[in-house]
Amino acid sequence: MRVRIKFSKHGVVKFIGHLDIMRYFQKAIRRSGIDIAYSSGFSPHQIMSFAAPLGVGYCSNGEYMDIEVNSHQGSDQMLTALNEVMVEGIEVLSVVALPDHAGNAMASVAAAGYTIEWKEGYEPLADLEKTVEAFLNRDTIPVVKQTKKSELSLDLKPGIYELTAKENCLYFLVDASSSGNIKPTLLLEALYRFAGQEFDPLAVQITREETYTALIDGERRTLVPLDAVGEKF
Amino acid sequence: MKEYKLALSDEVLMQVEKPARYIGNEVNSVNKAGDERVAIRFAMCFPDVYEIGMSHLGIQILYDMLNGWEDVWCERVYSPWLDLDRIMRKEHIPLFGLESQDPIKDFDFLGITLQYEMCYTNILQLLELAGLPLYATERTAEQPIVIGGGPCSYNPEPIADFFDLFYIGEGETRYRELLDLYKAHKEKGLDRDAFLREAASIPGMYVPKFYRTEYKDDGTIASFSPVYEELPKTISKEMVKDVSNTYYPMKPVVPFIKVTQDRVVLEIQRGCIRGCRFCQAGQLYRPVRERDVEVMKRYAMEMLKNTGHEEISLSSLSSSDYTDLKELVYFLIEECKKRSINISLPSLRIDAFSLDVMSKVQDIKKSSLTFAPEAGSQRLRDVINKGLSEETILKGSALAFQGGWSRVKLYFMLGLPTETEEDIRGIADLSNKIAATYFEVVPKEERKNGSVQIVASSSFFIPKPFTPFQWSPMNTREEFIDKAQTVKKAVREQINQKRIKYNWHEADVSMIEGLLARGDRKLSKVIEKVYRKGALFESWSEHFHYDLWLEALKECGLSLDFYTTRERSLEEIFPWDFLDCGVTKAFLIREWKQALEEKESPNCKQKCLGCGAARYGVGVCVEEKAAKAAE
Repeated sequence: MRVRIKFSKHGVVKFIGHLDIMRYFQKAIRRSGIDIAYSSGFSPHQIMSFAAPLGVGYCSNGEYMDIEVNSHQGSDQMLTALNEVMVEGIEVLSVVALPDHAGNAMASVAAAGYTIEWKEGYEPLADLEKTVEAFLNRDTIPVVKQTKKSELSLDLKPGIYELTAKENCLYFLVDASSSGNIKPTLLLEALYRFAGQEFDPLAVQITREETYTALIDGERRTLVPLDAVGEKF
Repeated sequence: MKEYKLALSDEVLMQVEKPARYIGNEVNSVNKAGDERVAIRFAMCFPDVYEIGMSHLGIQILYDMLNGWEDVWCERVYSPWLDLDRIMRKEHIPLFGLESQDPIKDFDFLGITLQYEMCYTNILQLLELAGLPLYATERTAEQPIVIGGGPCSYNPEPIADFFDLFYIGEGETRYRELLDLYKAHKEKGLDRDAFLREAASIPGMYVPKFYRTEYKDDGTIASFSPVYEELPKTISKEMVKDVSNTYYPMKPVVPFIKVTQDRVVLEIQRGCIRGCRFCQAGQLYRPVRERDVEVMKRYAMEMLKNTGHEEISLSSLSSSDYTDLKELVYFLIEECKKRSINISLPSLRIDAFSLDVMSKVQDIKKSSLTFAPEAGSQRLRDVINKGLSEETILKGSALAFQGGWSRVKLYFMLGLPTETEEDIRGIADLSNKIAATYFEVVPKEERKNGSVQIVASSSFFIPKPFTPFQWSPMNTREEFIDKAQTVKKAVREQINQKRIKYNWHEADVSMIEGLLARGDRKLSKVIEKVYRKGALFESWSEHFHYDLWLEALKECGLSLDFYTTRERSLEEIFPWDFLDCGVTKAFLIREWKQALEEKESPNCKQKCLGCGAARYGVGVCVEEKAAKAAE
């Protein structure tokens, strides 16, 4: 059975990188006693895949991974067993079983929501609400994306589904699919450049609030959290 | 918004490589913040980077033991990597404990484990970043007691001036007594010297500033004695008598980032019966004490459960000599298979049993066999008392080649006492014979994976204290390099030279390791100078600077040759002679003479050589006698 696990990441563990979080969960699952399935071969590994890597320094309320289990004692027991072996800062929020037709976590990702807060000692972008309004009021939002080998010009606008500012906070919902992923810092750089300022990545705390998948019903595309496609068991 | 306590700001952490090295909070780490029972704050430090330090079993044992006592909170400290080192100096950020993130200068103890000589400059980094004077005599009552332990404390003299105290021997035995004494002194207001003077009378404790060395004109030691009459003239090592019934970390700390030893480590025994004459550990940890196999099985399962590690390895100086090895290994193979856990085997002697085990736990195609002949000829192997014959190596190789292996790793040393050109060339010769064995026993049609591959590596021999070779001169740097070249050429002359790869270690580091290994107190100034010149992380070859050491020695008017290549007489007083590691000097002299006569000595299970360790009345010394009496 395939199981989707949702967790949050806060506090000092935000400095643990994606690969180390994967290693952390491999060990945590062993400690929890969950009957996870293994690949075959001389060094068997757990059947586990993560939805979207989270950058070092980011917090999250909506991280996901899928695992395959051989047996279980229900989703509540699994959630409790996992939380008993978590470190401070990582909490398992939900455990659901995936239907057979559901795609894997990584391929399912369509969008992600982020909150941006300015850290102590840093000034938020001036006139945040007005700047955001003007920023969005353009037909295109051109940016230059630095890739490993070259520079790529693209328009951010189609990938920004929502962008709001309130009380010196920003929230945005953007494309996070493998083909169109918008890194939060790319959007913030564009916003700062639009305001005629330079973006300092150390000034903000970025929190991924949720990771979404798209449900397609004819013409209609609805974004739902990744665990909405599964059910408790 | 910030709901956590870290010594380093987000800005700093986002700038440095692997910030997870500095945040603590790992699974099984112990946080006693706010616990009013805590009376002693202990910082336990490994003077190298986190990934190395976190791989060390000894610290995990002491961490578990100390935190098991309700009045003690033990935290961990590792050397900040070069990037953070620069920032901490520039921004005056004090060194901190990983668990509480509090400055080290507010702790009661700073314990530093001494695992290899090349970390000595890192010790000074830690002291300086902690805001402590480098020299023990300059520290005040409020500052932590700096205590050293571990293998290098068997010659603590080169770093003696930097430590308040050394704990000689195994840490499980005397910490409670030491901490109780400290608590009593702290309650009445700590007088550092009064505490240290009393501590110096606890067995195993050495307070260097209460001992004085007089030198002869030639630079050797004339006398070494305590400045107070009540202090012992000889300090004996501490040793755990019942290794099956002592502290062992059932819940070792599990790092977030990948460290060198990212697995459960099961220490199956302490000590070694073999008595290889170059090996320091083989003498220091006598007598051999095996842990009960049932206890080991229980520990293994418990630790796997508590850590979630996907691998387990056995630790000991010579696992093949562990009496119940078969039982333990077959138990682990069965249990680990159920749980999809890998078993990493230490270098076992190659025989039918080890090959069977290896074929079960490793992918033969990817794994290699390891032999450590240490010397290229039988004559020299007899000199060093390495009981491994060419016949055994070739038979083992043949067996392995027939079993499907095709890769062999060989470890040698260059510069061993009495070594001749023939011994050196023997390295190439033996490598060639192993390759030839492959072609003999593996029919052409079965040769896969591009045939046989032999990797021969050599390190340079460094005489160490408390070994029969402690009197031996070390080779010069030039001799070392010439010898490596000789091997390289000799390998090229072999018929199977295309199948043999030869690597050798750098000579420069070996020279300085040799300097520090048998050094005296005069070297503390040299170490300080090298540190002031910017040396750090010198066990990392890219950060080692030979020239800094030569410069510093010159500035101090000291000679590298005096400490390394000089011939020492049997009468010479060595800097470490005031320590008693369990084996007697008379035994070491006997073994040194046996070596020069090219004679092997039997191992502890074959015959007792009267090394002195029988006085502890434990381990192999009594077990073998009991077995003989029963016959």
